[in-house]
Amino acid sequence: MQNEWPLWEVFIRGQHGMSHRHVGSLHAPNAEMAVKNARDVYTRRNEGVSIWVVEAKHITATAPGDKGPLFEPSESKVYRHPTFYDIPDEVGHM
Amino acid sequence: MANVDQQALFQFLLRMGDNTLVLGHRVSEWCGHAPVLEEDIALANTALDLIGQTQFWLGLAGEVEGKGQDADALAFRRDVWDFRNFLICEMPNGDFGQTLMRQFLFDAWASVTLAHLQKSSDERVAGIAAKASKEVAYHLERSSDTIVGLGDGTAESHDRMQAALEYLWPYVGEMFASDDVDANMVAAGIATDPAGLRGEFDAIITRVLTQATLNIPQSTFAHKGGRDGSIHTEHLGHLLTSMQWLQRVYPDASW
Repeated sequence: MQNEWPLWEVFIRGQHGMSHRHVGSLHAPNAEMAVKNARDVYTRRNEGVSIWVVEAKHITATAPGDKGPLFEPSESKVYRHPTFYDIPDEVGHM
Repeated sequence: MANVDQQALFQFLLRMGDNTLVLGHRVSEWCGHAPVLEEDIALANTALDLIGQTQFWLGLAGEVEGKGQDADALAFRRDVWDFRNFLICEMPNGDFGQTLMRQFLFDAWASVTLAHLQKSSDERVAGIAAKASKEVAYHLERSSDTIVGLGDGTAESHDRMQAALEYLWPYVGEMFASDDVDANMVAAGIATDPAGLRGEFDAIITRVLTQATLNIPQSTFAHKGGRDGSIHTEHLGHLLTSMQWLQRVYPDASW
């Protein structure tokens, strides 16, 4: 629809030191209003300390049809998981 | 504090609390009806902020009155003639543009007023003002953006915003009309004279409305009667029948 506002993807940082996580999307006429709308829609319950928005059309994504060549080759490479090491107890949780 | 006229302070607090209560209820009427989801939630957030501020202002009003009334009693058990809000707060929502114009004009008044109240000699008043001013700073930023977006938008949105401004303009003057209650508050160092805040208010609205390509009306005519309760518009009674319905039908109901 011609009069529809563009779609924006919203990323929220939950606490300092954490990375921003994708939380959803919304519509807004421009970047400033997208940040305000994100504040009102996604941080009402004290969820965030920082907001990123990016217009959805600027995201380049993998195509679902390519998942064979892109992702299946790594399924059989169990040796890439560092699970064959004995970790000393005193190291604790890794 | 002993020298402060408690009756005047009570009236001052009712004015603050009734403004946010009546406007908060008005804005809440948009819940589920706004043009887009994002604006719907934003308006609901604003309404909730205003109702939250009401709890502080009317809570303190009840304390100062000293007759055992809490914020709920003051909100739900008074009728039209006991309300002390500006007439602009009770004006109908109209279209989305009219609602946002009313919000913008109120936000500009609130931001200027609360900035001064943070220096109040009454630390309870200063405390409420400090908390509320953070919310109001966001409200003003948001409503200003929308005024500019719609004013400087399409031909139709521009015309609607100009019409909203002209419709609401006669209700702006009341926000800066001083009376004996204000004189009492000024003498006690509790609040600033509203008449003295007009310059700061005009600076804000001139900047935003100019950017929005809207013409500020020249008329200085001002409806009055809300903040002293002498005469409200016919709209307040209708608003109260809806807002106070539960307490009127089921007195003392609670859950």
